[in-house]
Amino acid sequence: MSASGALLHVDHVTVSFHIGSFIAGGRLMAVNDVSFSLDADRPEIFAIAGESGSGKTTLARVLLHDLDPTQGKVLFEGRDLATIKSRRDAMEFMRKVQPVFQNPFETFSPLRRVEDYLFETAIQFGRAKNRRDAAPIVDEALRLVGLSLDEVRQRYPHELSGGQIQRVSVARALIPKPHLILADEPVSMVDASLRMAIVNLFKKLRDEQKVSVIYITHDLATAYYISDRIAIMLRGYVVESGPVEKVLDNPLHPYTQLLQESVPRPTASEREQWAKHIELGTMEVKEYGRIGCKYAGRCPHVMDVCKQTDPPDVEVEGRTVKCYLYLDDAR
Amino acid sequence: MPLLQIEDLRAYYRTEVYGISRSVRAVDGVSMELYNNEIYGIAGESSCGKTTLIKVISGTLKPPLRVESGRVHYDFGAFEVDMLTIDPEELRQTVRWKEISYVMQGSMSVLNPVRKIIRTFEDIVRTHQGIPNKKLFLEQTQEHVRRLGLPPDVLNLYPHQLSGGMRQRVAIALATVFHPSLIIADEPTTALDVVVQRGVLQMLKDIQAESQNTVLLVTHDLAVHANVADRVGIMYAGRIVEEAPTQIIFNAPRHPYTEHLIRSLPTIGDKSVKASLGGAPPNLANPPSGCRFHPRCPLAMDRCRTETPEMITLSHHHRVACHLVTEAEA
Amino acid sequence: MLTVIRDLLKYDGRFRVAFVFLLLTLILAALSLFSPYAPNRTFLVPQDMPPSLQHPFGTNSRGQDLLWWMAFAVRNSLILGIITAIVSRIIAIFVGLVAGYRGGGIDRLLMSFNDSFVVLPVLPILILLSFLLQGQLSLVALALLLGLFGWPWDARLIRAQVLSLKERSFTRTAVYSGTPPLKLTLREHLPFVLPVVFATTINNMLWAIGMEVTLSVLGLSDVTVPTIGTTIFWANQHQALVAGVWWWLAAPIIVAVVLFLGLYLLFSSVNEFIDPRTRLRRIGA
Repeated sequence: MSASGALLHVDHVTVSFHIGSFIAGGRLMAVNDVSFSLDADRPEIFAIAGESGSGKTTLARVLLHDLDPTQGKVLFEGRDLATIKSRRDAMEFMRKVQPVFQNPFETFSPLRRVEDYLFETAIQFGRAKNRRDAAPIVDEALRLVGLSLDEVRQRYPHELSGGQIQRVSVARALIPKPHLILADEPVSMVDASLRMAIVNLFKKLRDEQKVSVIYITHDLATAYYISDRIAIMLRGYVVESGPVEKVLDNPLHPYTQLLQESVPRPTASEREQWAKHIELGTMEVKEYGRIGCKYAGRCPHVMDVCKQTDPPDVEVEGRTVKCYLYLDDAR
Repeated sequence: MPLLQIEDLRAYYRTEVYGISRSVRAVDGVSMELYNNEIYGIAGESSCGKTTLIKVISGTLKPPLRVESGRVHYDFGAFEVDMLTIDPEELRQTVRWKEISYVMQGSMSVLNPVRKIIRTFEDIVRTHQGIPNKKLFLEQTQEHVRRLGLPPDVLNLYPHQLSGGMRQRVAIALATVFHPSLIIADEPTTALDVVVQRGVLQMLKDIQAESQNTVLLVTHDLAVHANVADRVGIMYAGRIVEEAPTQIIFNAPRHPYTEHLIRSLPTIGDKSVKASLGGAPPNLANPPSGCRFHPRCPLAMDRCRTETPEMITLSHHHRVACHLVTEAEA
Repeated sequence: MLTVIRDLLKYDGRFRVAFVFLLLTLILAALSLFSPYAPNRTFLVPQDMPPSLQHPFGTNSRGQDLLWWMAFAVRNSLILGIITAIVSRIIAIFVGLVAGYRGGGIDRLLMSFNDSFVVLPVLPILILLSFLLQGQLSLVALALLLGLFGWPWDARLIRAQVLSLKERSFTRTAVYSGTPPLKLTLREHLPFVLPVVFATTINNMLWAIGMEVTLSVLGLSDVTVPTIGTTIFWANQHQALVAGVWWWLAAPIIVAVVLFLGLYLLFSSVNEFIDPRTRLRRIGA
């Protein structure tokens, strides 16, 4: 896939933060040499999964042009995000890339009516001149998520359920007719009985509205359910990526394997695997500072080389794995 | 005799702000029993009343929360306690920590951030039992921690030096110093990563298996219940709508709400389309009439709109409150 | 608005007291419009009469009726407080919102300016200015001057609030809704900042009125204008206490206490009422 034909092209992106004092500080690599592409012609749901501290939220901020990468670049429809400086360019970018945030009760100000944000979006992105013209546009967007303007008119966030707000949030993001929606943990704070409505909504948007979705999550089960491809992150690195069935049904990286079998399953056959005892570290692990593979300290297959240099990205069984174990298979 | 008997418990929040009075019926007619030597899981969505229920049965309720009616009766073997009438001082001295202890989400509220872990142990043991011999206390605490599979070194660390999973396990160790009859674990792993969650829950299970006491595990995550609990009660809008041994709840749920929750649970390896449920959990300040699930229930009948379904007992401790089931069984 | 006042009167004891005190003060201030005597005229009534039915506050050694004089005094002190509060609020809101929301270089510039004002010793500067102007400092000029000095602490407070609001998701939602920065901070942040603005308004009025008293007692303001401060100045000039004319000092002190208490209680009661958390509870969240 060439960079120019891609919707989004993430090219060796690294984000490092300075931590500690000015003199005795170190660098924390929150995102480390991450690359992937989304195709412009084939809308898909791309999941970025990882635990807390994996760097997935930092990566999301880079993709939203909220944060500039320390190294590497992000091209959206061929344009380098680093060249977006003026408000006009930023508006043009936001017209095509829209976010959905995690906490439904923080997404909209508790002191304002939720519809205000929808009207504002329609007017600011030039889809309507005034509130009266915007009403049908807002209503149309709300109908796409299974609501209507009459249902949310005059409502404050606390008068809606978490699931409803999250759908309003998606509706707002749809108003500029974006090409990409970036959803950061959109269902992690939504009740179980309302969760599937939102998850299914993303599938519908992909299939019917041809919108690509980057789904950032710690929940492998919903990632498996909705996404086409997945990237598993650990301490800034993407350790395994590829089609979601391949990566999660048959994980190759030892970390993905641990993660996958730690997800509690309701089915009896899989409970035994979960019940196998695991060791947990005592202290907050200093995996960020580790040289070589970040998982080497916990990995059951660790070799000397793992502790010396970063493992290479190996193409094996239809996915990419950052692990020395598969170096021979690839050759 | 069961360890805990709850009969028709009702607990409401009554507030008044600038003349507008509200009452939220957070727990509204709950009856249940907890037995010795089991892990009982309570599942439910946010504001279904599960946290309120915990407050009442652990005796930690404060205004504006008030118990309107019902009975909460404990039988600890050596003595019995009626939670709603017990004197607060007696509760503190004989029951709390010794017979009932709890583990909360994010253990930082139990652990004092500026004191070493061992000091927190000391505080709790001193207030509830006294420490006549400091050396003996130290040895016993180390032994206790070691038996739970934690390195005794953690006692000399500060809470912020521990990983989140270790902090939560230390909180469990604290909750079990007096070998209580009941451990209430309220969303103990909600903020933790899956791998850490697995380790913490495994420890909780091991402790229960060893000491044969009772664990009341509250979490919204059904998959956790599937792996940990012996029995599960499903709460909806202030009531328990179904209760059964874990296998039965997951393999043969009878209440439409339970059925929906279990069928819509995403799981790795399953890409089949999961249906979603319309509507939203009701506002407990103004709950729907009849069966509180009826506005969202795909199978609702006329009767459901007006008449509150009674809890009926099927086989194997399987209890369910649904008119449909009642009619089918009759 | 009327229902709000009614609710507060019904449910908040502090507000009831504040309401009565401020009503008394305002009635007194309004009386100045009907005064039979101009405030700058002297020897219109018998001197040094103690409080009586005819002269409720007594009369002073300059032959003025203290009731009517205090009516002008309290009116002028209130005007001074209000002008100062408005001027300093405008600066504080502007600086606080802009520094907080824009951040970066603008923030650093505004805050270094702000901090320079914080460390300026206001009283010595005012004394120096008044001294140079030889008592020509008019009431309005003094009010404006106090306004220029009265904003920096509050601007810092507002900035701190905006900094934390900026990190909340709804700010980002507004950004991605295309809301331009100024509109964003006015619509998303100002409602949360208003309780601080309101609280500091009353504080600022109290500070300004107190400052005026200090300067006037020292004789550094335009003493021909009746204010709470100049009343005390004239009483001291005529050695009212030595002469036993205690009511000349009692009148301004009682009026000042009633005014200050009224403003303070209003501040604490309304502050709680408009706090976003209370507001959310009231709308039933």
